[in-house]
Amino acid sequence: MDLYEYQGKELFRRHGIPVSAGRLATTPEEARSAADSLGSEVVVKAQVLTGGRGKAGGIKLADSPQEAEHHAREILGMDIRGHVVKKVWIEEASEIAKEYYLSLTFDRGAKKPLFMFTTQGGVDIEEVADKTPEALAKLHVDPLAGLQPYHARRLLFAAGIEEPGEQKQIAAIVEKLYAAFVAEDAMLCEINPLIVEPHGRVKALDSKFTVDDNALYRHPDVAEMRDLDAYPAEERAAREKGVTYVKLDGEVGILGNGAGLVMSTLDVIAQAGGRPANFCDLGGGGDAQGVVDALEVITPDPQVRSILFNVFGGITRCDEVAQGILDALGRMEIAQPIVVRLDGTNADEGRQILADASPPNLHVEETMLSAARRAVELAGH
Amino acid sequence: MAIVVDRDTRLVVQGITGREGSFHATRNKAYGTQVVAGVTPGKGGLDVEGIPVFDTVTGAVAETDANTAMVFVPARFAADAIYEAVDAGIRTVITITEGIPAHDMLRVYNYVRPRGITLVGPNCPGALSPGKANVGIIPAEIFAEGRVGLVSRSGTLTYQIGHELTRLGIGQSTIVGIGGDPVVGSSFIDILEKFEADPETELVVMVGEIGGDEEEKAAVFIAERMSKPVVAYIAGFTAPPGKTMGHAGAIISGSAGTAQAKKEALEARGVRVGTNPTEVAQLVADAVGARA
Repeated sequence: MDLYEYQGKELFRRHGIPVSAGRLATTPEEARSAADSLGSEVVVKAQVLTGGRGKAGGIKLADSPQEAEHHAREILGMDIRGHVVKKVWIEEASEIAKEYYLSLTFDRGAKKPLFMFTTQGGVDIEEVADKTPEALAKLHVDPLAGLQPYHARRLLFAAGIEEPGEQKQIAAIVEKLYAAFVAEDAMLCEINPLIVEPHGRVKALDSKFTVDDNALYRHPDVAEMRDLDAYPAEERAAREKGVTYVKLDGEVGILGNGAGLVMSTLDVIAQAGGRPANFCDLGGGGDAQGVVDALEVITPDPQVRSILFNVFGGITRCDEVAQGILDALGRMEIAQPIVVRLDGTNADEGRQILADASPPNLHVEETMLSAARRAVELAGH
Repeated sequence: MAIVVDRDTRLVVQGITGREGSFHATRNKAYGTQVVAGVTPGKGGLDVEGIPVFDTVTGAVAETDANTAMVFVPARFAADAIYEAVDAGIRTVITITEGIPAHDMLRVYNYVRPRGITLVGPNCPGALSPGKANVGIIPAEIFAEGRVGLVSRSGTLTYQIGHELTRLGIGQSTIVGIGGDPVVGSSFIDILEKFEADPETELVVMVGEIGGDEEEKAAVFIAERMSKPVVAYIAGFTAPPGKTMGHAGAIISGSAGTAQAKKEALEARGVRVGTNPTEVAQLVADAVGARA
């Protein structure tokens, strides 16, 4: 689960990582009173779960509460890479002498947390890694031994931090970031930029914080930070029904069992000249309720012109799935044509059940490839 | 021979009294796997379809000489179960449980690895050596005995490919589902290494998907360390960046982890990559010279 900047900063603050004082606002008026209470010059920052806010005009400096209100009016409602801004973070403006970058990620290959630190902050880190890899200090931490003080020293010296005041503050931030990463079950903690103010104080000017969904049960406070409004309506509905669903841009609605098989189905649709409308995994079951739930998630999408049901029976038997499909069709009206492909355990019996009932608008295909072609045809390609 | 599980496997099922645990333990036993024990704390002395239940893994090992554990306990207790198995002397731990926190697995992995334990999973369908042993939830009836090794991050997709192979008359030595989580006990390379050493395997099919860079690393390993041919498949060419596609680990982060990059890395090392499950089976058939 990705957190907004202001939520990430709240977690930073709880773990002792210095951040600027700020307040959240959802209306221009709130922005004004927030700026008023903060006193000095403020920054109005769009809160969206995507990058590129600055370039899109989602971050603006304000000299007065009036100006903060004016900026908030412009930024609220703005569309940044498909994300509509519904909240702004009003924060005390900072003077920036230097911009660094510090992150802690989950290195899946090494199976260890990985620190990355560079004095070239404020820019895209993939670019730094590409163009000047020598400027990027990287260091793994053994999760069993935990963070040791030398880890921070190595990062600092490798990146060329020589000022003792900076060294001390950044070493402390490294230690606290690791503590936050472990304590909050984070998959990513990124501070970009980590700034040094003219008088030498170091603080986190931005935050990117991703928490492991599988660990949310032990962080009820973080779980509550999830902003359901940030997800498309279909994905929200799917989440409530316990269906794994991702909205895509095409015309062929996809339903299958198992993440890998569904991904493969999307690819086969593309190979057949169509475009998948969604990713939807039924999971292990194929009973009527599961099928109804999934169809209810998929079919409201106005772009869906045909539906491909791709099921491989393993423990789940295809005759059960076929019955589930018939039951579901008996319980709801589906306007789009449905192509069903059943394979694996009891596939023949499943196909027979569908053939015997032969509901209108339902087409049975024997292979994944022929089913994909049929679904694409029916979508009008 | 085969790999990971075979006729010498003596299985203890952790979480055997749960619904899933008892169902699959019974199925695995019916297949012919030596399921020698189950463990559920507080339920020692019971039995599940003739399989004796113990309170601790240590107790189960002492009484039954179990050498392999299958973990079916709920996610929040699963890490504990793996540590318990390893500390009881179990050498192969297969974890089916889904939804284990990644930090738990990070610590488990770093604990288990230096001890030389084979850890498969979590969030995986298990391992099946047709005709010898089945540990996990893989439906054995769609596979057949043979000489093709199959390793995959996905369940049903593996069944699909295995089914297509079987239909072409090509059997399998072992099928290993390594799981779709960000941290898995065995990587592609770990399993490829075992297949390379297995005299009963003559070709390996590797089924990957978006996310991480294990397929890219495997490409290098195949080119440098393997004498046996490998045919690959990658799912997720149409997956958008930044979205988790069902498996927690199946996510394109920034420009990393795309299916295209994985395909290119494999092809650059001379590994043939099928564009769909049917073509993968056909490529295997061409390579082993079976009837098609």
